[in-house]
Amino acid sequence: MDFAKLFPLPVVASAHGHKIDMEIYLVHLLMFLLFAAWALFFVIVLFKFRKKRNPQADYSGVKFPVAIFFAVAVALFEAVLLMGFSIPFLAEQVNALPNRPDTIEVRVVAEQFAWNIHYPGLDGVFGKTDVRFLDKQSNPVGLDPHDPKAKDDIVTINQLHLPIGRPALIHLRAKDVMHSFSIPVMRVKQDIIPGMSVATWFTPTQTGQFEIACAQLCGLGHYRMKGFLTVHSREDFDKWLDEQAAAVKEAPADDFWQ
Amino acid sequence: MILQGRSFLRRCIFSTDHKVVGIQYGITALFFLLFGFCLMLLMRWQLAYPGTPIPWIGQWLGENRAPGGVVLPEFYNELGAMHGTIMVFLGVVPLLVGAFGNYLIPLQIGAPDMAFPKLNMASYWTYLLGGLTMLVSFFVPGGAANSGCTAYPPLADIATAGQTVWLLGMVCIITSSLLGSINFITTIFQLRAEGLTFMRLPFFVWAQLITSFLLLLAFPPLEAAGILQLFDRVAATSFFLPSGLVVSGEPLKVSGGGSALLWQHLFWFLGHPEVYVILLPSMGIVTEIIVNNIRRPLYGYRTMVYSVIFLGLMSFIVWAHHMYLTGMGTALSAFFQTTTMIISIPSVVILSCLFLSLWGGSIRFNTPMLFALSFLPMFGIGGLTGLPLGVATVDIHLHDTYYVIGHFHYIVAPGTIFAIFAGIYYWFPKVTGKRMNENLGQLHFWPSLFLMNGIFMPMFIQGLAGVSRRLYDGGAQYAHAQGVLHLNVGISMCAWLLALFQIPFIVNLIWSMAKKEKAALDNPWEATTLEWAAPTPPPHGNFREIPKVYRGPYEYSVPGAAKDFTPQSEA
Repeated sequence: MDFAKLFPLPVVASAHGHKIDMEIYLVHLLMFLLFAAWALFFVIVLFKFRKKRNPQADYSGVKFPVAIFFAVAVALFEAVLLMGFSIPFLAEQVNALPNRPDTIEVRVVAEQFAWNIHYPGLDGVFGKTDVRFLDKQSNPVGLDPHDPKAKDDIVTINQLHLPIGRPALIHLRAKDVMHSFSIPVMRVKQDIIPGMSVATWFTPTQTGQFEIACAQLCGLGHYRMKGFLTVHSREDFDKWLDEQAAAVKEAPADDFWQ
Repeated sequence: MILQGRSFLRRCIFSTDHKVVGIQYGITALFFLLFGFCLMLLMRWQLAYPGTPIPWIGQWLGENRAPGGVVLPEFYNELGAMHGTIMVFLGVVPLLVGAFGNYLIPLQIGAPDMAFPKLNMASYWTYLLGGLTMLVSFFVPGGAANSGCTAYPPLADIATAGQTVWLLGMVCIITSSLLGSINFITTIFQLRAEGLTFMRLPFFVWAQLITSFLLLLAFPPLEAAGILQLFDRVAATSFFLPSGLVVSGEPLKVSGGGSALLWQHLFWFLGHPEVYVILLPSMGIVTEIIVNNIRRPLYGYRTMVYSVIFLGLMSFIVWAHHMYLTGMGTALSAFFQTTTMIISIPSVVILSCLFLSLWGGSIRFNTPMLFALSFLPMFGIGGLTGLPLGVATVDIHLHDTYYVIGHFHYIVAPGTIFAIFAGIYYWFPKVTGKRMNENLGQLHFWPSLFLMNGIFMPMFIQGLAGVSRRLYDGGAQYAHAQGVLHLNVGISMCAWLLALFQIPFIVNLIWSMAKKEKAALDNPWEATTLEWAAPTPPPHGNFREIPKVYRGPYEYSVPGAAKDFTPQSEA
């Protein structure tokens, strides 16, 4: 039987996702083995040594240091989990950021109860931002209207678009309280603490529409702080980017930036 | 006796007798436990049937909490935060430490009372003050604390007034714990009976000793943090508020420059030892009961003692495993993952020792024993499901999901609370001189065991599917939750039935207390430790004469002995 089928995990749509799943299977395998061993012993002992069957208890009982052997076995398995899987994975996925030239960079600014998505636009450079320029409706990330680099930046609310097969580097910040950027199908989750900037990255391997969830209690609307991630084919993504860029250019400057 | 001349008030309310304080703690904490459980029963309606009015009870909750009987998101968050706070800080810990610890430690070490009886009384009254403060917070404008029982800033810093009251309550509760722990440590070091060496202490006393050190060393950082958050809220400081916060489109008018992450470190520096504050006394209770009912000595007493000391030490360097996703680097997370894996080893050793002790026993299945035995597999599940959460990689998927809820509830609900029930059934004859009814006990045990699993097992499935915790509608908004949403109805049904099957316990408790027993037995379970050598119920001062101790705590079925138990105080 396929061990993996027993787990109700969501589908995996990112390049690193199956590594996390593999470790979920492994650690649960260890748990099942341990629990089964204990449970079997437990049931046998409760039956074998019940008072009716064994009226006289034995003063000396088990004479071997079984508990120590058991502990050593568990320690070895845990060492394999950590050194064989978890720490190398973290080193390459969490500590190192992608250095491929086709990496796409996006900034996400979380607030009660929405995800503001900020693309650098055609020049590939993020414009300056500052809280002074924030406006909930027209300028949710606080782009500086005097910065020429900001003129072509694309800002969307709750709509993250990414191309398939290119690493996506997401810079996360929060405006107000703690949030957590979670995309279950991508096996991505990253707490966002106000005052700190933190990055996470993944490489989508499936096109389609997925959900972004907030995974950290952020107030009364926490449960509906939902965003959408659309993974396009590379061509479709370029097309979408062009459309957005054109829309930004067309927007009358006075309307948008004042 | 000394007591006879005193008024009822001095004897039963403002008493410095450790047994009275213990009973006061026990009764108060059981009420809080029931109250915290009821909060959860309300939440389970909203999770099973989101957006529908709660039948009968809903209309009494008030228009500002549940208009038309439908719970508001704000109120749901209040329920969640207060359920966690009340169950842990006002229910479970006061029962394990305040009630069992206070009542049993002097008896088990052969002492006439605690080292500082007045401090002991002060500890209870400070606790009660903290508890009442928590209850009052439901009635301040904006309701009780609603930022989770972890109270993470900035959310908690900018929350409604209930959070201020919560912090005041926490300061009282922590102060009470500190008073208690100093007392326990001094008592165990100074007042042991003659001949009672450390390696002859009952395992329960060892567990309480280590627990007291944890309380003493881990609580002050949280008390400090609580006072800092209080300053943030009422004195406009910014200990936990960084610069540049914008709430609802408006810049927050604070000086800024603080760190929100600092709170998490301070909170979890208590938070993790707190887990062992809950766990160690439970293990102690369970050990006493199991060893008494298998009628043979404990397997690996020394190993268990060393394990429990090691657990206590390690519990101070694992706290950041609650914070893997805060942006922690690999070097730091590698350290905390390693310590987390290491701390699982002594737990495995203790559990294995208890399992192996059963071998060769002559096992009696009475109600306390059933609860104590079921603690083993239930705590086993709770502990094992901690492993994936302790591995930072897996935690990426499982962090803040229902898997976490399932994991720690297996430890505190069918684990610790079963240990508490076991302890109540087991020591009730010593406290009152009467036995609890065995049939009602079984009627309490079996349904509770099945229903506890019915509640928490499906949560692992929801968690693996990626459903976040603390969602007002249980995740109904999300596509990935759809496949496991229907489980909520079953979970809620189990929770409500669980409430129903606590009635036999309550009836049993009151009825057994009221009934008349012909002759109180001093040692109904034929146990070996010192509390059973005291008269029943023990008078002020505990023993007729201070006992002398001649042997280890668990000398059952000694070859050549006349009976199958040899009490510690028997020459």
